[in-house]
Amino acid sequence: MKQGSQSWVFTNCPVIVGAAVVGGPREARGPLAEDFDLLHDDLLFGEKTFEKAEKKLLEEACELAVQKAKLQKQDIEFFIGGDLLNQIISSTFTGRTLSVPYLGVFGACSTSMESLALGALIIDSRFGGNVLCGTASHYAAVEKQYRYPTEYGSQKPDTAQWTVTGAGAVVLGPTGAGPRVVSATIGKIVDMGLKDPFNMGAAMAPAAVDTIAAHFQDLAASPSDYDLIITGDLGRYGHQLTLELFPKYHIDMPEEKYVDCGMMIYSREQPMRFAGGSGCACSAVVVFGHILNRMRRGELKKVLIVATGALLSPLSYQQKESIPCIAHAVAIEYTV
Amino acid sequence: MTEHKQRILTQKEYQQMAKANEPKRPVLANCVRAFLVGGIICLIGQGITDFYIFCFGFTEKSAGNPTAATLILLSVLLTSLGVYDHIAQWAGAGTAVPVTGFANSMASAALEHRTEGYVLGVGSNMFKLAGSVIVFGVFSAFVIALIRTLIAMIGGV
Repeated sequence: MKQGSQSWVFTNCPVIVGAAVVGGPREARGPLAEDFDLLHDDLLFGEKTFEKAEKKLLEEACELAVQKAKLQKQDIEFFIGGDLLNQIISSTFTGRTLSVPYLGVFGACSTSMESLALGALIIDSRFGGNVLCGTASHYAAVEKQYRYPTEYGSQKPDTAQWTVTGAGAVVLGPTGAGPRVVSATIGKIVDMGLKDPFNMGAAMAPAAVDTIAAHFQDLAASPSDYDLIITGDLGRYGHQLTLELFPKYHIDMPEEKYVDCGMMIYSREQPMRFAGGSGCACSAVVVFGHILNRMRRGELKKVLIVATGALLSPLSYQQKESIPCIAHAVAIEYTV
Repeated sequence: MTEHKQRILTQKEYQQMAKANEPKRPVLANCVRAFLVGGIICLIGQGITDFYIFCFGFTEKSAGNPTAATLILLSVLLTSLGVYDHIAQWAGAGTAVPVTGFANSMASAALEHRTEGYVLGVGSNMFKLAGSVIVFGVFSAFVIALIRTLIAMIGGV
């Protein structure tokens, strides 16, 4: 049911019965490599194009998630997916492979939590049994879509981010053992007039804080109710700005409680890391892999995941539009 | 309550905050690197010119074309091997300004779009980045030529 201005509280608490994450070579060299179910050592995975490779990532993640949920493909009633490519083709083609009722969503890098929140809504309202939610991004395919050719020698500033090559998928079910989705806060578009596509962290930080503030207000909660609050892909500079924004929104956030997936996915020593990772897969692989594993180990009981998305297009940027941003929050709880 | 939240921070205030948070671009270091790398590329070019002059009997003037062609070949090779963008991240304008930068912009676009076929992919996207260099290069050359002609006409040099 709806609570406050923009939050959903799930009374039946949908369960994450299966989750799987797949990654590329750069992610394999990162600190979270052990949390991946499958890692590839090149960028094409035997496919002919990077776009096909991105589709393959999502297909693999979906297949593995269904397997780990101990279900068959035909048990999945709905598939909700999205990605960063034009017309969200990776998700659409994955939907073609799965051939189950499909809803395509676009929330840029917030897609992971947007699809999870919608999936939870379907199950909570008893409009469906098993829902598969997934998203993917591929460094080369996304760069081609949004920026310059990958081999073009342009100097990127330190605030730029590296698109994560990977995919994450979860199967949500009405019953079973596993982490439960307890609530979600749907974000509003926040646009502070920033225009630099090489500093998306700064553009997205206000959206993240806006959604976190709304979540706490709607649910009468505070940071102390959570073990960890995780943003999607703000990177180092966005993370710093978010910390500076919390007091302005009267949120008393202990610094050690707030982390960012973009800062966790790569290690400091990796070349061309810039401010951290980004892309749809960034929050998906970190949360559906690393964070859920930590919850299963009992290290974390309740987390709030705030996936952030910069909803710009290369066209809107060239036409001098500012970057509209969004953040969706989902609270996940695991009690053994 | 939502209205109240909107007023916590104006766009202008936040933009100043973001600006303060952004790391300063190391302009001086970038200039030094560009100077060094650009200079080294030119030095290599000079070496190639001398090689053509001494080994193949080119004149200083006629050695220009094969030198540019050799540099372009090297640049395309480094681009294809995935090295050029790494050098460029360090060197900045040092690798962008010489002929090697132009070759890189064409080769990288051609590589990127070869999956869309030779005509719609490589052919129509090859000049995606280099096109503007040609357009404004030719146009500014025209303007300079015009100014020079006018000065000559009114009795200048």
